[in-house]
Amino acid sequence: MLQFSFWDILSNLLIATQWTIVLSLIAFFCGGIVGLILLFMRTSKIAALEWFTKIYIEFFQGTPLLMQLFLFFFGIALFGFEVSPWAAATLALTFWTSAFLTEIWRGCVEAIPKGQWEASSSLALSYIEQMRYVILPQASRIAVAPTVGFSVQVIKGTALASIIGFVELTKAGTMLNNATFRPFLVYSLVALIYFCLCFPLSWWAKKIEGRLNVAR
Amino acid sequence: MSLVSIRDVRKSFGTNEVLKGVSLDIAKGDVVAIIGRSGSGKSTLLRCINGLETYQSGSIVADGIEVAGAATNLRELRRHVGMVFQQFNLFPHLTAAENVMLAPTVVNKVSKAEARATAAEVLAKVGLSEKMDAYPSELSGGQQQRVAIARSLAMRPKVLLCDEITSALDPELVNEVLRVVEQLAREGMTLILVTHEMRFARDVGTKLVFMHHGKVHEEGVPKEVFAAPRTPELQQFVGQVG
Repeated sequence: MLQFSFWDILSNLLIATQWTIVLSLIAFFCGGIVGLILLFMRTSKIAALEWFTKIYIEFFQGTPLLMQLFLFFFGIALFGFEVSPWAAATLALTFWTSAFLTEIWRGCVEAIPKGQWEASSSLALSYIEQMRYVILPQASRIAVAPTVGFSVQVIKGTALASIIGFVELTKAGTMLNNATFRPFLVYSLVALIYFCLCFPLSWWAKKIEGRLNVAR
Repeated sequence: MSLVSIRDVRKSFGTNEVLKGVSLDIAKGDVVAIIGRSGSGKSTLLRCINGLETYQSGSIVADGIEVAGAATNLRELRRHVGMVFQQFNLFPHLTAAENVMLAPTVVNKVSKAEARATAAEVLAKVGLSEKMDAYPSELSGGQQQRVAIARSLAMRPKVLLCDEITSALDPELVNEVLRVVEQLAREGMTLILVTHEMRFARDVGTKLVFMHHGKVHEEGVPKEVFAAPRTPELQQFVGQVG
């Protein structure tokens, strides 16, 4: 029977960690772009667009991420399309991330005083121009800390992709446990790696939050 | 022909009617001072002129554009109607010059260099040439308000709306802002000011409008109106503030 040393376990976990990082980055990047588009729709004062984003956000915030992964993985297959675990995980995490980021960013946009909107309106700027040149440059400063803080949730969220067969850190841990029967060691290492990914981010988020408070 | 023509405008916030049929004609070069108690509807009227507030009935035509028309291009209207606010509302992430340059570059598609030259010119006019690269947080209230005026002037407006622009200032800073407005008046700029500065309204204004309970209660030449108010409400008001 094949023997696994401690280093074998660790190196296999670290290889799988790469996929956790890649999936997190893609989800965060794509979710950020979709979230930005939704943010423009959500604050546009156009009723139909606002309603659409409200329903979208309620759906993705109000249902478990696991159900969303199942819907993308099994649901789309029902229509005759072959969906890889990769594609399903990317799509579900992107939509899920975008819903949360839109709400975080909307709060930051609403924190900008009404006078900024009125002054820029009076200067004949259009809504998009107001957002681009006046509101977002100010809102993004407030948004950095909660956005970085939320990225921790995205990293941990990728663990659920293991259930539809995507081999990332958690899935690799499960497979290694099945092969070695050393659950305590394997899952301790898995947890430790997640912690090493997440802790610097939450520490950084705290730090920028503190710095912004001093600046005010 | 009047530059701004207001006809029987009515406006309610919920069940509270704040404008009860206001009519007013403002000609090119007029300096109109709107006075009245708080809640008399004077700021709301001003905000209706550039479409920051909507109104339920009546009409406002500014520079030939019906403000609340179904197909009205508010952007086109606002290119010619400037507004200065009580709270300055400068963009805090931009320097004084950048505040002034924003609308010309973004809305009028003027080149950066040309916009910067305009900014230098209008900031010189308000006496802030040396503050071009200062951020709003580095300026006093009076200086911020003068940048805000310069920011409006950079769009070469035909009318400038001023909404209690000295009310948020410390008393010793009021005059530097009023001097700038007085100079604009002398140069022939059409101004509509909601103000509590009675002396300024009398000395600089060409027309005085006293609003009371959502209506124009009395109007006329400032010096005459102040010298002999016809209605008891204005007599009382002038007695209290003057």
